[in-house]
Amino acid sequence: MKIEEQTTIVIGVEHLIGRVEQFRKGGYRLVQLNCSKIGEQFEINYCFEREYRFENIRIVIDFETEVPSISGMYWGAFVYENEMHDLYGVAVKGMNIDFQGNFIRTSVQYPFRNPSFQGEGPCQEK
Amino acid sequence: MSRKIVIPFGPQHPVLPEPIHLDLVLEDETVVDVIPSIGYIHRGLETLVAKREFTEYVYIAERTCGICSFIHGLTYCQGVEQIMDLEVPPRAHYLRTIWSEYSRLHSHLLWLGLFADAMGFENLFMNSWRLREFVLDILEETTGGRVIQGSCKIGGVRKDISNEKLASMAADLKGFEAELSDLSDVFLHDDSVKSRLVDVGKLTRTDAYDLGAMGPVARGSGVGIDLRKTGYAAYRDLRFEPVTETAGDSYARCAVRVRELFGSIDLIRQAIEKIPEGDIEVKVKGNPDGEYFSRSEQPRGELVHYLKANGSKHLVRSRIRTPTLTNIPPLVKMLQGCELADVPVIVLSIDPCIGCTER
Repeated sequence: MKIEEQTTIVIGVEHLIGRVEQFRKGGYRLVQLNCSKIGEQFEINYCFEREYRFENIRIVIDFETEVPSISGMYWGAFVYENEMHDLYGVAVKGMNIDFQGNFIRTSVQYPFRNPSFQGEGPCQEK
Repeated sequence: MSRKIVIPFGPQHPVLPEPIHLDLVLEDETVVDVIPSIGYIHRGLETLVAKREFTEYVYIAERTCGICSFIHGLTYCQGVEQIMDLEVPPRAHYLRTIWSEYSRLHSHLLWLGLFADAMGFENLFMNSWRLREFVLDILEETTGGRVIQGSCKIGGVRKDISNEKLASMAADLKGFEAELSDLSDVFLHDDSVKSRLVDVGKLTRTDAYDLGAMGPVARGSGVGIDLRKTGYAAYRDLRFEPVTETAGDSYARCAVRVRELFGSIDLIRQAIEKIPEGDIEVKVKGNPDGEYFSRSEQPRGELVHYLKANGSKHLVRSRIRTPTLTNIPPLVKMLQGCELADVPVIVLSIDPCIGCTER
């Protein structure tokens, strides 16, 4: 049984601010942002909810593409944007609080962009 | 205007069970701005999806947190089950609900004890933790684990609880509830508690919603969001309403948690009364292929496990968004304008779990 319907719409990075603005005006709360490394690209999800209706928009970008910050519309987004920067090296432009790579202190720069650990061979081949 | 100074708060501080660092910008004794930072216990647990098969990763998910470990396991399993379209047996849903509510009880009691300790009320701290032992004993008797339960698996649960045991658990709740009632009277009505909490660390309803507050932090400001209302596990069959307060101060957040203790007892009683007979798991065939944002209500608020799979035995991505991470921006707002002496109580009022947050 499905617990809830979840919609995901893939958009271009140039449309990101406009779509987030629509969510903001529509009274949606920001659930989370998260980044995944898929091959040689980043997939970033922006999740919103209003009255238990969950919606997600997604952008797919190259490593060097700069992403505009949504912290002007959702002030609390800075925690997610700094996290994406610190773990993946996603360049986020215009964050309201920019920790310059010091929000999550890691011993290796951008550890999730090029993880040294790739899984064990025999385990992966099962 | 007086000179501004910056005082570092944490990562090591008597009131902090786990390390978070706050740079407090002060004018005299008043906090005018706060800059939070984390990163002292980042473990990179999410990258272990490359090493553990999706059936094994539940052990990692559970170890994200030592307090709400069961709900982490449940949320992860629920995500994989949604991707694979697995029909979990109803009895397993009810058992998951019962263990979730016991987890909420022990988490809230742990927090109440820590909160009492932060206020300097040592006797209240000891009594809260004494009552918490009752809950931990039940978890140990029914799952085998006090901290990490390990009873949730993809497709259901590993262990059943006999109907006799369920009946004795329901009977034991009566005495527990009476003791809890005495404890809650102190938290809600004692003058020394009120003097430390009322009007301290206020967060308006609008700020709570706009800044993404979740759990008792949001509900203490009148935002009645409770993910159990989405009807996961057996919650769709149970009657309850989110507990809310409107004052938005530390006292309101404390009152929400105190009242939720009784709400959890009621949910456990309902679940024990309605639990159906039947299997407790279904067999899992094949590998997951797809993605899902699995959401649940942890004691601290909304938990999200984002899972992405490609048909192999290893997930492509696991991302865990814990309620403490989303409660950090509201914390910054609460601290702005408070007195330096109130900072420890306000920080603790969001029930920070940094181990969860950093993963």
